[in-house]
Amino acid sequence: MSDIADRVKKIVVEHLGVEEDKVTESASFIDDLGADSLDTVELVMAFEEEFGIEIPDDAAETIQTFGDAVKFISEAA
Amino acid sequence: MFDLTGKSALVTGASGGIGAEIARALHGAGATVGLSGTRTEPLEALAAELGARTHVLPCNLSIPADVEGLVKRAAEAMGAVDILVNNAGITRDGLVMRMSDEDWQAVIDVNLTATFRLCRAAVRGMMKARWGRIVNISSVVGTTGNPGQVNYAASKAGMVGLSKSLAAEVASRGITVNCVAPGFIETAMTDKLNDQQRAGILTAVPAGRMGTPQEIAAAVLYLAAPEAGYVTGATLHVNGGMAMI
Repeated sequence: MSDIADRVKKIVVEHLGVEEDKVTESASFIDDLGADSLDTVELVMAFEEEFGIEIPDDAAETIQTFGDAVKFISEAA
Repeated sequence: MFDLTGKSALVTGASGGIGAEIARALHGAGATVGLSGTRTEPLEALAAELGARTHVLPCNLSIPADVEGLVKRAAEAMGAVDILVNNAGITRDGLVMRMSDEDWQAVIDVNLTATFRLCRAAVRGMMKARWGRIVNISSVVGTTGNPGQVNYAASKAGMVGLSKSLAAEVASRGITVNCVAPGFIETAMTDKLNDQQRAGILTAVPAGRMGTPQEIAAAVLYLAAPEAGYVTGATLHVNGGMAMI
């Protein structure tokens, strides 16, 4: 797994308090990992901080799964 | 009761009568206080009076860039902003037909827009900490209205709507957002009234007197304290019975 994926996974595990093996490529933050709307905002802010990038609101809306996040950040970072 | 030891509080408008008293109350309960205001001199004097655990943070809330940077400066100085008190406010009174766009906008900018910006900036750290207190100083006229104050009353009613909405957004993170709505309080703002105006006001106040800045500060202290953790989205009216709402 790439370095970016590892770092994203670490943030998700820490923030949502979920088991690492639950954070799969297709795992939805809200449907599978128990995030609420505020969690998703916090995750996006944590990604921005960790990777030093800006994630605009319309892009943030498309980040639904762990895989989406890794893909977006890999392209932006 | 009401122990704020280890908490850091940012108070805007701390150079004014009510703001200074709020800072004294929070500091007296053990908080570190960030004193913000436009005039540095009274802030320095208050800091000297309070002694340790004080930081002077001058800021002009009508300048957006200053507002954006204030919470960051406060967090750098104090380590965090656990408690935010949006107390700064201005008036530009006038009857509506004679009110300029500038007088409308200036009041909305400082009283409402700066409050929004400071809340937005402060909530970030509070979410991470899973604890926070925001107390916005509204006014009785935000609920009752007052001739000559369409701008001020709109800004103060706006603060209530803002506070309720924000309270709902962040309640699950241990953050409360409330308003304190003072009635007529002995300050520089009410010192300008003449005896006749003063007598007229007092006939509308069942308590028969104006309130003191200490009585506002006590309400803020309560809402800032851990004990008020289940109170959010509320407006605490402190007005001597002038409006029972």
